Amino acid sequence: MAGGEIERLIQLLAKLPGLGPRSARRAALYLLKRQEAALVPLLRAMGDAAAHVRTCSVCGNLDTADPCSICSDGKRDATLVCVVEDVADLWAMERAGVFRGRYHVLGGVLSALDGVGPEDLAIPALVRRVVEQEVKEVVLATGVTVDGQTTAHYIADRLAGTGVAVSGLAHGVPVGGELDYLDDGTIAAALRARHPL
Amino acid sequence: MDWTDDGIILSARRHGETSVIVSLLTREHGRCAGLVRGGTGRRQRGVLQAGTLVRATWRARLAEHLGNLSCEPISSAVAGVLGDSMRLAALSAACAVAEAALPEREPYPGAFEGLCILMDSLAGEAWPTVFVKWELGLLAELGYGLDLSCCAATGRNDQLAYVSPKTGRAVSLSAGEPYRNLLLRLPEFLILGDVLASPAEVFDGLALTGYFLTRHVFAAGSVPPARARLFDRMRAAAEAG
Repeated sequence: MAGGEIERLIQLLAKLPGLGPRSARRAALYLLKRQEAALVPLLRAMGDAAAHVRTCSVCGNLDTADPCSICSDGKRDATLVCVVEDVADLWAMERAGVFRGRYHVLGGVLSALDGVGPEDLAIPALVRRVVEQEVKEVVLATGVTVDGQTTAHYIADRLAGTGVAVSGLAHGVPVGGELDYLDDGTIAAALRARHPL
Repeated sequence: MDWTDDGIILSARRHGETSVIVSLLTREHGRCAGLVRGGTGRRQRGVLQAGTLVRATWRARLAEHLGNLSCEPISSAVAGVLGDSMRLAALSAACAVAEAALPEREPYPGAFEGLCILMDSLAGEAWPTVFVKWELGLLAELGYGLDLSCCAATGRNDQLAYVSPKTGRAVSLSAGEPYRNLLLRLPEFLILGDVLASPAEVFDGLALTGYFLTRHVFAAGSVPPARARLFDRMRAAAEAG
């Protein structure tokens, strides 16, 4: 039906998250029909990203500079570090725009099933960083899952001897949440973390 | 074919973008796995956590297929233990041990009931002894039960203090004293049935069950990391007194 080059483009697009073979075919057709407006700029942007984006050697963020723009921002509080599972979580925190410290990307969570141990994550680098950069507080922002919280407790244990303050994100009712739609666990956690008004 | 049964989720692994392969220990069908479509979505993500008791419905065209699972939550110990490192380690360890020790699709109702009791106990103070007793029960269910009724050397049942690593039988304090370095310590709560025990006793209990699980059930050197972490935490608690 399509030439080898087009089939290859569709196959590669279909491997992207959120795209299946059908949507990849639509995306390929869209790009090929609008070569100047869509395909060439996309190619250029992808080439630039491939050539310049790298992993920050300090925090694990993705940026064109190393250290990244967050780590080299002098206005940010270097004594406050937020630990996140992945770069996507870092971006989510940045979207909120309320955290003015720096980050540390773990690269996942401890998972027996997937064979992810402490040595597979950036935990030793975090401990080194806390000691060397005189960090005062570490905020553990791992997911509220069994694996995420197991990782958080493990990190808290590893940091126990460094004298740094370790905190975690609160669990409870999300903004816009209605109790009727919440699971029992979230309601229980919210009730335990209730505060005086 | 299809069935509906109560089960405790042991693990959930992402499959593709939206689905999850869930492994659960059910009352009548043993340890089973199945695909939960849409399992990564907001509605189901919270339910598909290790330690959650669910009403599971499994469907497949043939019995040997992976099958599709749907899970309706019944109760969950997860939310109550997320803030407590020891209890969370116990929950993860219990699920990992069940996952690693039990063969697939063979019913072990005793192991299931025991795991339900263990999950319920996590809300109270007795969970450490319940955990050790559950592992002892698991060994027995798998055919490697320990004989703690009387001393293997003297036949008497007073002052049982050790377990022989070779036979899995109890040994009394006097008979075992010359070989104490070669024997495993038998914590008192396993003899007297105490509900509460000191961290040192629980550590001895975990060392005892861990030895026989490693020897008979897990392949050499492959103790689930979650269980090893609980063991390390209990060792630290025992050393701290």
